[in-house]
Amino acid sequence: MNNNQQLIKTSLYDLHIEHGARMVDFAGYELPIQYKSIVAEHNHTREQASLFDVSHMGQIIIKSEDFASTAKALEKIIPANIIDLKQGEMRYSTLLNENGGIIDDLIITRPTNEQATDGTIFIVVNGATKADDFKFIKENLTKEIEISFEKHKSLLALQGPKAASVLSRFSDIVEKLSFMQSDATSIKDIECNISRSGYTGEDGFEISLNDKDALKLAKVLLDEPEVEFAGLGARDSLRLEAGLCLYGHDMNEEIDPISASIIFAIGKQRRIEGGFIGEKKILQILKDGAKQKRVGIIFEGRMPVREGAKLVDEQGNEIGYITSGTFSPILQKPIAMGYLPIKRAKISTEITAIVRNKQVNGEIVKMPFVANNYYRGN
Amino acid sequence: MKYTSEHEYVKIEGDIGTIGISEHAQNQLGDIVFVELPEVGKSFSKGDEIAVIESVKAASELYAPISGIITQINEQLDIDPALVNSSPEDKGWIFKIKLSNASELDELMDEEAYASHIG
Repeated sequence: MNNNQQLIKTSLYDLHIEHGARMVDFAGYELPIQYKSIVAEHNHTREQASLFDVSHMGQIIIKSEDFASTAKALEKIIPANIIDLKQGEMRYSTLLNENGGIIDDLIITRPTNEQATDGTIFIVVNGATKADDFKFIKENLTKEIEISFEKHKSLLALQGPKAASVLSRFSDIVEKLSFMQSDATSIKDIECNISRSGYTGEDGFEISLNDKDALKLAKVLLDEPEVEFAGLGARDSLRLEAGLCLYGHDMNEEIDPISASIIFAIGKQRRIEGGFIGEKKILQILKDGAKQKRVGIIFEGRMPVREGAKLVDEQGNEIGYITSGTFSPILQKPIAMGYLPIKRAKISTEITAIVRNKQVNGEIVKMPFVANNYYRGN
Repeated sequence: MKYTSEHEYVKIEGDIGTIGISEHAQNQLGDIVFVELPEVGKSFSKGDEIAVIESVKAASELYAPISGIITQINEQLDIDPALVNSSPEDKGWIFKIKLSNASELDELMDEEAYASHIG
Protein backbone atom coordinates (compact mmCIF):
# COMPACT_ATOMS: atom_id res chain seq x y z
CA MET A 1 0.00 0.00 0.00
CA ASN A 2 1.30 3.39 -0.95
CA ASN A 3 2.29 5.47 2.09
CA ASN A 4 0.98 8.63 0.52
CA GLN A 5 -2.42 7.09 0.24
CA GLN A 6 -4.85 8.13 2.92
CA LEU A 7 -5.82 5.22 5.16
CA ILE A 8 -9.51 4.42 4.98
CA LYS A 9 -11.53 4.65 8.17
CA THR A 10 -14.41 2.23 8.64
CA SER A 11 -17.81 3.32 9.93
CA LEU A 12 -16.80 2.12 13.40
CA TYR A 13 -13.57 4.13 13.59
CA ASP A 14 -14.72 6.49 16.35
CA LEU A 15 -16.22 3.62 18.31
CA HIS A 16 -12.91 1.72 18.15
CA ILE A 17 -11.06 4.75 19.50
CA GLU A 18 -13.69 5.18 22.22
CA HIS A 19 -13.02 1.57 23.25
CA GLY A 20 -9.28 2.22 23.56
CA ALA A 21 -8.26 0.54 20.31
CA ARG A 22 -4.69 0.62 19.07
CA MET A 23 -5.10 1.26 15.34
CA VAL A 24 -2.83 -0.08 12.60
CA ASP A 25 -2.59 0.14 8.84
CA PHE A 26 -4.08 -3.06 7.48
CA ALA A 27 -4.78 -3.47 3.78
CA GLY A 28 -5.02 0.30 3.43
CA TYR A 29 -7.51 0.60 6.29
CA GLU A 30 -7.05 1.94 9.75
CA LEU A 31 -8.18 -0.98 11.90
CA PRO A 32 -7.84 -2.04 15.55
CA ILE A 33 -5.03 -4.50 16.24
CA GLN A 34 -6.16 -4.74 19.84
CA TYR A 35 -8.14 -2.94 22.52
CA LYS A 36 -6.79 -3.88 25.95
CA SER A 37 -5.16 -7.25 25.35
CA ILE A 38 -4.91 -9.70 22.47
CA VAL A 39 -4.91 -12.69 24.82
CA ALA A 40 -7.95 -11.42 26.75
CA GLU A 41 -9.82 -10.80 23.47
CA HIS A 42 -8.77 -14.23 22.21
CA ASN A 43 -10.01 -15.99 25.34
CA HIS A 44 -13.21 -13.96 25.40
CA THR A 45 -13.95 -15.15 21.84
CA ARG A 46 -13.45 -18.78 22.89
CA GLU A 47 -15.68 -18.37 25.95
CA GLN A 48 -18.27 -15.69 25.14
CA ALA A 49 -18.73 -13.63 21.96
CA SER A 50 -16.55 -11.03 20.27
CA LEU A 51 -17.33 -8.38 17.71
CA PHE A 52 -14.80 -7.86 14.91
CA ASP A 53 -14.86 -5.06 12.36
CA VAL A 54 -13.78 -6.68 9.09
CA SER A 55 -15.13 -3.99 6.80
CA HIS A 56 -11.83 -3.93 4.89
CA MET A 57 -12.79 -7.20 3.22
CA GLY A 58 -14.00 -7.04 -0.34
CA GLN A 59 -17.69 -7.68 -0.96
CA ILE A 60 -18.28 -8.35 -4.64
CA ILE A 61 -21.53 -9.08 -6.45
CA ILE A 62 -21.82 -10.80 -9.79
CA LYS A 63 -25.13 -11.29 -11.51
CA SER A 64 -27.07 -12.17 -14.60
CA GLU A 65 -30.68 -13.06 -15.42
CA ASP A 66 -30.49 -16.56 -13.97
CA PHE A 67 -28.43 -18.46 -11.47
CA ALA A 68 -27.21 -21.15 -13.88
CA SER A 69 -25.59 -18.55 -16.18
CA THR A 70 -23.84 -16.74 -13.32
CA ALA A 71 -22.73 -20.00 -11.71
CA LYS A 72 -21.34 -21.38 -14.98
CA ALA A 73 -19.47 -18.17 -15.66
CA LEU A 74 -17.90 -18.29 -12.19
CA GLU A 75 -17.06 -21.96 -12.54
CA LYS A 76 -14.97 -21.08 -15.60
CA ILE A 77 -12.80 -19.09 -13.19
CA ILE A 78 -12.74 -20.86 -9.84
CA PRO A 79 -12.43 -24.57 -9.01
CA ALA A 80 -15.42 -24.88 -6.66
CA ASN A 81 -18.66 -26.51 -7.58
CA ILE A 82 -21.02 -23.53 -7.79
CA ILE A 83 -23.89 -24.85 -9.86
CA ASP A 84 -24.88 -27.27 -7.07
CA LEU A 85 -25.23 -24.50 -4.48
CA LYS A 86 -28.71 -24.17 -3.05
CA GLN A 87 -30.10 -20.77 -2.15
CA GLY A 88 -28.54 -19.60 1.09
CA GLU A 89 -25.52 -21.92 0.82
CA MET A 90 -21.90 -20.79 1.00
CA ARG A 91 -18.68 -22.33 -0.24
CA TYR A 92 -14.98 -21.72 0.33
CA SER A 93 -12.70 -21.60 -2.71
CA THR A 94 -9.73 -19.91 -4.33
CA LEU A 95 -8.78 -17.79 -7.30
CA LEU A 96 -5.95 -19.51 -9.16
CA ASN A 97 -3.45 -18.39 -11.74
CA GLU A 98 -2.60 -20.47 -14.81
CA ASN A 99 0.05 -22.34 -12.80
CA GLY A 100 -2.51 -23.36 -10.17
CA GLY A 101 -1.01 -20.86 -7.68
CA ILE A 102 -3.40 -19.17 -5.28
CA ILE A 103 -4.23 -15.54 -6.10
CA ASP A 104 -6.63 -15.33 -3.15
CA ASP A 105 -9.08 -17.36 -1.12
CA LEU A 106 -12.73 -16.41 -1.03
CA ILE A 107 -16.23 -17.30 0.07
CA ILE A 108 -19.03 -17.70 -2.46
CA THR A 109 -22.68 -17.33 -1.42
CA ARG A 110 -25.76 -18.12 -3.43
CA PRO A 111 -28.23 -15.71 -1.83
CA THR A 112 -31.82 -16.51 -0.92
CA ASN A 113 -34.69 -14.68 -2.63
CA GLU A 114 -34.84 -12.43 0.45
CA GLN A 115 -31.23 -11.37 -0.14
CA ALA A 116 -31.10 -10.83 -3.90
CA THR A 117 -32.52 -11.88 -7.25
CA ASP A 118 -31.73 -15.44 -8.18
CA GLY A 119 -29.07 -14.68 -10.79
CA THR A 120 -26.88 -13.10 -8.10
CA ILE A 121 -23.79 -14.50 -6.39
CA PHE A 122 -21.98 -12.85 -3.46
CA ILE A 123 -18.21 -13.13 -3.23
CA VAL A 124 -16.14 -12.08 -0.21
CA VAL A 125 -12.39 -11.71 -0.73
CA ASN A 126 -9.43 -10.48 1.33
CA GLY A 127 -9.02 -6.75 1.86
CA ALA A 128 -5.42 -6.47 0.69
CA THR A 129 -6.15 -8.26 -2.58
CA LYS A 130 -9.65 -7.04 -3.36
CA ALA A 131 -8.81 -4.58 -6.15
CA ASP A 132 -6.71 -7.16 -8.02
CA ASP A 133 -9.28 -9.87 -7.40
CA PHE A 134 -12.06 -7.71 -8.80
CA LYS A 135 -10.05 -6.99 -11.91
CA PHE A 136 -9.14 -10.65 -12.34
CA ILE A 137 -12.73 -11.85 -11.98
CA LYS A 138 -14.04 -9.12 -14.25
CA GLU A 139 -11.51 -9.92 -16.99
CA ASN A 140 -12.41 -13.57 -16.90
CA LEU A 141 -16.19 -13.31 -16.69
CA THR A 142 -18.25 -13.60 -19.83
CA LYS A 143 -19.66 -10.28 -21.02
CA GLU A 144 -23.27 -10.85 -19.99
CA ILE A 145 -22.35 -11.17 -16.30
CA GLU A 146 -22.38 -7.91 -14.35
CA ILE A 147 -19.85 -7.36 -11.61
CA SER A 148 -19.74 -4.67 -8.93
CA PHE A 149 -18.22 -3.88 -5.56
CA GLU A 150 -20.47 -3.33 -2.57
CA LYS A 151 -18.86 0.04 -1.97
CA HIS A 152 -21.04 1.20 0.89
CA LYS A 153 -21.23 -1.93 2.99
CA SER A 154 -19.59 -2.80 6.27
CA LEU A 155 -18.81 -6.31 7.46
CA LEU A 156 -18.99 -7.22 11.13
CA ALA A 157 -18.25 -10.63 12.61
CA LEU A 158 -19.81 -11.84 15.84
CA GLN A 159 -17.86 -14.89 16.92
CA GLY A 160 -17.94 -17.22 19.89
CA PRO A 161 -20.05 -19.83 21.68
CA LYS A 162 -22.49 -17.14 22.88
CA ALA A 163 -22.89 -15.50 19.46
CA ALA A 164 -26.02 -17.50 18.59
CA SER A 165 -27.84 -16.78 21.84
CA VAL A 166 -26.97 -13.08 21.55
CA LEU A 167 -28.23 -12.77 17.97
CA SER A 168 -31.35 -14.80 18.66
CA ARG A 169 -32.54 -12.00 20.98
CA PHE A 170 -32.91 -9.80 17.88
CA SER A 171 -33.74 -12.16 15.03
CA ASP A 172 -35.25 -15.59 14.51
CA ILE A 173 -32.81 -16.18 11.66
CA VAL A 174 -30.32 -17.88 13.97
CA GLU A 175 -32.27 -21.12 14.33
CA LYS A 176 -32.63 -21.38 10.54
CA LEU A 177 -28.92 -21.14 9.76
CA SER A 178 -26.27 -23.84 10.02
CA PHE A 179 -22.56 -23.38 9.39
CA MET A 180 -21.95 -21.92 5.91
CA GLN A 181 -25.52 -20.78 5.35
CA SER A 182 -26.74 -17.25 4.76
CA ASP A 183 -29.98 -15.26 4.74
CA ALA A 184 -31.41 -11.76 5.11
CA THR A 185 -32.89 -10.46 8.33
CA SER A 186 -33.40 -7.25 10.22
CA ILE A 187 -32.01 -6.42 13.63
CA LYS A 188 -33.68 -3.45 15.33
CA ASP A 189 -34.99 -2.42 11.89
CA ILE A 190 -31.50 -2.61 10.35
CA GLU A 191 -31.42 -4.69 7.20
CA CYS A 192 -28.59 -7.22 7.22
CA ASN A 193 -27.28 -10.20 5.34
CA ILE A 194 -26.23 -12.74 7.94
CA SER A 195 -23.99 -15.73 7.32
CA ARG A 196 -23.15 -18.41 9.85
CA SER A 197 -19.44 -18.35 9.19
CA GLY A 198 -16.22 -16.78 10.39
CA TYR A 199 -12.49 -17.02 10.85
CA THR A 200 -12.09 -18.08 14.47
CA GLY A 201 -13.10 -21.75 14.56
CA GLU A 202 -16.06 -20.82 16.75
CA ASP A 203 -19.73 -20.76 15.95
CA GLY A 204 -20.53 -17.28 14.77
CA PHE A 205 -21.91 -14.92 12.20
CA GLU A 206 -20.73 -12.46 9.60
CA ILE A 207 -23.06 -9.54 9.13
CA SER A 208 -23.03 -7.46 5.96
CA LEU A 209 -24.95 -4.19 6.20
CA ASN A 210 -25.00 -0.63 4.94
CA ASP A 211 -22.21 1.58 6.25
CA LYS A 212 -24.75 4.03 7.65
CA ASP A 213 -26.21 1.33 9.93
CA ALA A 214 -22.95 -0.26 11.10
CA LEU A 215 -22.40 1.96 14.13
CA LYS A 216 -25.94 1.41 15.39
CA LEU A 217 -25.71 -2.36 15.03
CA ALA A 218 -22.28 -2.51 16.68
CA LYS A 219 -23.64 -0.60 19.67
CA VAL A 220 -26.69 -2.87 19.90
CA LEU A 221 -24.46 -5.95 19.97
CA LEU A 222 -21.86 -4.46 22.34
CA ASP A 223 -24.68 -3.62 24.76
CA GLU A 224 -25.24 -7.33 25.28
CA PRO A 225 -23.35 -8.56 28.36
CA GLU A 226 -21.53 -11.39 26.51
CA VAL A 227 -20.16 -9.20 23.71
CA GLU A 228 -16.82 -7.36 23.65
CA PHE A 229 -14.78 -5.92 20.79
CA ALA A 230 -11.82 -7.97 19.54
CA GLY A 231 -9.11 -6.79 17.17
CA LEU A 232 -6.98 -8.13 14.34
CA GLY A 233 -4.40 -9.52 16.78
CA ALA A 234 -6.92 -11.90 18.33
CA ARG A 235 -8.36 -12.64 14.90
CA ASP A 236 -4.93 -13.89 13.82
CA SER A 237 -4.24 -16.06 16.87
CA LEU A 238 -7.79 -17.46 16.73
CA ARG A 239 -7.57 -18.43 13.06
CA LEU A 240 -4.18 -20.01 13.69
CA GLU A 241 -5.56 -22.18 16.52
CA ALA A 242 -8.41 -23.07 14.15
CA GLY A 243 -5.87 -24.19 11.52
CA LEU A 244 -7.14 -21.67 8.97
CA CYS A 245 -4.85 -20.26 6.28
CA LEU A 246 -4.04 -16.57 5.99
CA TYR A 247 -3.51 -15.33 2.46
CA GLY A 248 -0.08 -13.84 1.80
CA HIS A 249 1.39 -15.96 4.58
CA ASP A 250 0.23 -19.59 4.46
CA MET A 251 -0.60 -19.38 0.78
CA ASN A 252 0.44 -17.27 -2.17
CA GLU A 253 0.76 -17.36 -5.94
CA GLU A 254 3.53 -19.96 -5.75
CA ILE A 255 1.41 -22.41 -3.78
CA ASP A 256 -1.45 -24.53 -5.11
CA PRO A 257 -4.50 -25.59 -3.04
CA ILE A 258 -3.39 -29.22 -2.82
CA SER A 259 -0.03 -28.27 -1.29
CA ALA A 260 -1.84 -25.78 0.96
CA SER A 261 -3.97 -28.67 2.32
CA ILE A 262 -7.18 -26.97 1.19
CA ILE A 263 -8.17 -29.47 -1.47
CA PHE A 264 -11.79 -28.93 -0.33
CA ALA A 265 -11.57 -25.61 -2.21
CA ILE A 266 -11.76 -27.72 -5.38
CA GLY A 267 -15.12 -29.40 -6.06
CA LYS A 268 -15.05 -33.22 -6.26
CA GLN A 269 -16.41 -33.38 -9.80
CA ARG A 270 -14.13 -30.55 -10.89
CA ARG A 271 -11.04 -32.50 -9.79
CA ILE A 272 -11.92 -34.85 -12.64
CA GLU A 273 -13.39 -32.48 -15.21
CA GLY A 274 -11.38 -29.29 -14.72
CA GLY A 275 -12.73 -26.33 -16.65
CA PHE A 276 -11.33 -23.56 -14.39
CA ILE A 277 -8.29 -21.30 -14.56
CA GLY A 278 -5.21 -23.32 -13.63
CA GLU A 279 -6.95 -26.63 -14.41
CA LYS A 280 -4.03 -28.16 -16.30
CA LYS A 281 -1.60 -27.77 -13.46
CA ILE A 282 -4.13 -28.69 -10.77
CA LEU A 283 -5.19 -31.92 -12.52
CA GLN A 284 -1.51 -32.77 -12.97
CA ILE A 285 -0.79 -32.24 -9.27
CA LEU A 286 -3.85 -34.28 -8.33
CA LYS A 287 -2.49 -37.10 -10.50
CA ASP A 288 1.16 -36.92 -9.45
CA GLY A 289 0.65 -35.71 -5.89
CA ALA A 290 1.93 -32.46 -4.39
CA LYS A 291 5.64 -32.14 -3.61
CA GLN A 292 5.10 -30.23 -0.39
CA LYS A 293 2.33 -29.84 2.11
CA ARG A 294 1.10 -27.34 4.70
CA VAL A 295 1.24 -28.91 8.16
CA GLY A 296 0.54 -27.88 11.73
CA ILE A 297 3.34 -28.07 14.30
CA ILE A 298 3.31 -27.79 18.09
CA PHE A 299 6.69 -26.83 19.54
CA GLU A 300 8.19 -27.57 22.95
CA GLY A 301 8.67 -24.83 25.52
CA ARG A 302 7.14 -21.38 25.22
CA MET A 303 9.15 -19.64 22.51
CA PRO A 304 6.98 -18.76 19.50
CA VAL A 305 8.25 -20.05 16.15
CA ARG A 306 7.15 -17.48 13.62
CA GLU A 307 6.86 -16.87 9.89
CA GLY A 308 10.19 -17.27 8.14
CA ALA A 309 11.75 -19.75 10.59
CA LYS A 310 13.49 -22.63 8.84
CA LEU A 311 12.61 -26.27 9.35
CA VAL A 312 15.60 -28.62 9.25
CA ASP A 313 16.33 -32.35 9.09
CA GLU A 314 18.58 -34.35 11.43
CA GLN A 315 21.69 -33.11 9.62
CA GLY A 316 20.58 -29.50 9.88
CA ASN A 317 19.68 -29.19 6.20
CA GLU A 318 16.83 -26.83 5.45
CA ILE A 319 13.81 -28.83 4.31
CA GLY A 320 10.92 -26.47 4.98
CA TYR A 321 9.74 -23.22 6.49
CA ILE A 322 7.17 -21.70 8.81
CA THR A 323 4.46 -19.48 7.33
CA SER A 324 2.61 -18.43 10.53
CA GLY A 325 3.23 -19.04 14.19
CA THR A 326 2.30 -17.75 17.59
CA PHE A 327 1.91 -18.78 21.21
CA SER A 328 -1.49 -20.44 21.54
CA PRO A 329 -3.42 -18.83 24.40
CA ILE A 330 -5.63 -21.92 24.71
CA LEU A 331 -2.97 -24.65 24.49
CA GLN A 332 -0.30 -22.51 26.21
CA LYS A 333 2.17 -23.83 23.66
CA PRO A 334 3.81 -22.44 20.53
CA ILE A 335 1.81 -23.43 17.44
CA ALA A 336 2.74 -22.89 13.82
CA MET A 337 1.94 -23.75 10.23
CA GLY A 338 4.58 -24.44 7.65
CA TYR A 339 5.54 -26.32 4.54
CA LEU A 340 7.44 -29.61 4.40
CA PRO A 341 8.20 -32.14 1.66
CA ILE A 342 5.37 -34.72 1.48
CA LYS A 343 7.62 -37.49 2.82
CA ARG A 344 8.40 -35.44 5.91
CA ALA A 345 4.87 -34.19 6.48
CA LYS A 346 3.29 -37.15 8.28
CA ILE A 347 1.29 -36.51 11.46
CA SER A 348 3.17 -37.35 14.69
CA THR A 349 6.66 -37.01 13.21
CA GLU A 350 9.21 -34.84 14.93
CA ILE A 351 10.55 -31.73 13.29
CA THR A 352 13.10 -29.10 14.26
CA ALA A 353 12.90 -25.38 13.63
CA ILE A 354 15.69 -22.81 13.89
CA VAL A 355 14.94 -19.64 15.81
CA ARG A 356 17.74 -17.12 16.39
CA ASN A 357 20.28 -19.88 15.62
CA LYS A 358 18.79 -22.20 18.22
CA GLN A 359 17.04 -25.50 17.58
CA VAL A 360 13.45 -25.86 18.73
CA ASN A 361 11.85 -29.29 18.66
CA GLY A 362 8.29 -29.84 17.63
CA GLU A 363 5.85 -32.42 16.40
CA ILE A 364 3.62 -32.39 13.34
CA VAL A 365 0.00 -32.54 14.48
CA LYS A 366 -3.41 -32.70 12.91
CA MET A 367 -5.14 -29.35 12.55
CA PRO A 368 -7.14 -27.61 13.92
CA PHE A 369 -4.95 -27.12 16.98
CA VAL A 370 -8.06 -26.24 18.99
CA ALA A 371 -11.24 -28.14 18.11
CA ASN A 372 -13.64 -26.05 16.10
CA ASN A 373 -17.10 -25.35 17.32
CA TYR A 374 -19.12 -24.86 14.14
CA TYR A 375 -22.87 -25.31 14.31
CA ARG A 376 -23.82 -28.03 11.88
CA GLY A 377 -27.27 -28.74 13.33
CA ASN A 378 -30.53 -28.36 11.42
CA MET B 1 15.87 4.50 38.37
CA LYS B 2 17.37 5.37 34.98
CA TYR B 3 16.00 4.74 31.50
CA THR B 4 17.25 4.25 27.95
CA SER B 5 15.56 5.66 24.87
CA GLU B 6 14.78 2.01 24.03
CA HIS B 7 12.48 1.87 27.08
CA GLU B 8 14.67 -0.23 29.35
CA TYR B 9 15.20 0.75 32.95
CA VAL B 10 18.28 0.28 35.14
CA LYS B 11 17.84 0.22 38.90
CA ILE B 12 21.21 0.68 40.61
CA GLU B 13 22.16 -0.91 43.93
CA GLY B 14 25.90 -0.65 44.59
CA ASP B 15 27.62 -1.95 41.45
CA ILE B 16 24.64 -4.09 40.39
CA GLY B 17 22.06 -2.86 37.91
CA THR B 18 18.63 -4.52 37.72
CA ILE B 19 17.26 -4.26 34.20
CA GLY B 20 13.80 -4.61 32.75
CA ILE B 21 11.40 -2.75 30.47
CA SER B 22 9.32 0.27 31.40
CA GLU B 23 5.59 0.37 32.05
CA HIS B 24 5.24 2.23 28.75
CA ALA B 25 7.16 -0.50 26.88
CA GLN B 26 5.14 -3.39 28.29
CA ASN B 27 1.97 -1.56 27.33
CA GLN B 28 3.24 -1.07 23.79
CA LEU B 29 4.32 -4.72 23.42
CA GLY B 30 1.07 -6.18 24.71
CA ASP B 31 0.71 -9.68 26.11
CA ILE B 32 4.17 -11.11 26.69
CA VAL B 33 4.35 -14.88 26.21
CA PHE B 34 8.08 -15.61 26.40
CA VAL B 35 11.30 -14.00 27.50
CA GLU B 36 14.59 -15.38 26.25
CA LEU B 37 16.99 -14.70 29.11
CA PRO B 38 20.77 -14.28 28.89
CA GLU B 39 23.19 -16.70 30.56
CA VAL B 40 24.47 -15.93 34.03
CA GLY B 41 28.22 -15.21 33.91
CA LYS B 42 28.21 -13.95 30.35
CA SER B 43 29.54 -10.46 29.72
CA PHE B 44 27.98 -7.92 27.41
CA SER B 45 28.97 -4.55 26.03
CA LYS B 46 26.55 -1.71 25.95
CA GLY B 47 24.30 -2.07 22.89
CA ASP B 48 24.69 -5.86 22.52
CA GLU B 49 21.53 -7.87 22.01
CA ILE B 50 21.01 -9.42 25.42
CA ALA B 51 17.46 -10.81 25.62
CA VAL B 52 14.36 -11.24 23.49
CA ILE B 53 10.83 -10.46 24.56
CA GLU B 54 8.09 -12.21 22.63
CA SER B 55 4.54 -10.95 22.62
CA VAL B 56 1.67 -12.70 20.85
CA LYS B 57 2.36 -10.57 17.80
CA ALA B 58 6.12 -10.19 17.53
CA ALA B 59 9.62 -10.68 18.93
CA SER B 60 11.47 -7.62 20.28
CA GLU B 61 15.17 -7.56 21.06
CA LEU B 62 16.48 -6.07 24.28
CA TYR B 63 19.89 -4.39 24.06
CA ALA B 64 22.30 -4.09 26.99
CA PRO B 65 21.81 -0.56 28.36
CA ILE B 66 25.17 -0.79 30.14
CA SER B 67 28.24 -3.04 29.92
CA GLY B 68 28.89 -5.76 32.46
CA ILE B 69 28.52 -9.39 33.54
CA ILE B 70 25.15 -11.07 34.13
CA THR B 71 24.89 -11.98 37.81
CA GLN B 72 21.29 -13.13 37.99
CA ILE B 73 18.28 -13.73 35.73
CA ASN B 74 14.62 -13.70 36.69
CA GLU B 75 13.79 -17.39 36.38
CA GLN B 76 10.18 -16.67 37.38
CA LEU B 77 9.72 -15.37 33.82
CA ASP B 78 10.19 -18.91 32.45
CA ILE B 79 7.02 -19.87 34.30
CA ASP B 80 5.13 -16.59 34.13
CA PRO B 81 6.41 -14.19 31.46
CA ALA B 82 3.28 -12.06 31.91
CA LEU B 83 4.95 -10.67 35.06
CA VAL B 84 6.64 -8.27 32.66
CA ASN B 85 3.16 -6.94 31.84
CA SER B 86 1.71 -6.93 35.32
CA SER B 87 4.76 -5.71 37.23
CA PRO B 88 7.42 -4.51 34.77
CA GLU B 89 9.46 -2.43 37.19
CA ASP B 90 9.26 -4.84 40.14
CA LYS B 91 8.44 -8.58 39.86
CA GLY B 92 8.93 -8.50 36.11
CA TRP B 93 12.61 -7.49 36.20
CA ILE B 94 14.63 -9.41 33.59
CA PHE B 95 18.29 -9.64 34.60
CA LYS B 96 20.93 -8.18 36.92
CA ILE B 97 24.28 -7.04 35.65
CA LYS B 98 27.54 -6.17 37.44
CA LEU B 99 28.62 -2.84 35.98
CA SER B 100 31.98 -2.75 34.27
CA ASN B 101 31.83 0.92 33.41
CA ALA B 102 29.81 3.02 35.86
CA SER B 103 30.28 6.16 33.77
CA GLU B 104 27.85 4.72 31.22
CA LEU B 105 25.08 5.47 33.72
CA ASP B 106 25.53 9.16 33.02
CA GLU B 107 24.28 8.62 29.48
CA LEU B 108 20.94 7.28 30.69
CA MET B 109 17.82 9.36 31.27
CA ASP B 110 16.39 10.11 34.67
CA GLU B 111 12.67 9.63 35.29
CA GLU B 112 11.79 13.15 34.29
CA ALA B 113 13.73 13.00 31.01
CA TYR B 114 12.22 9.60 30.23
CA ALA B 115 8.70 10.86 30.93
CA SER B 116 9.18 13.64 28.40
CA HIS B 117 10.82 11.16 25.97
CA ILE B 118 7.66 9.03 25.85
CA GLY B 119 5.51 12.15 25.81
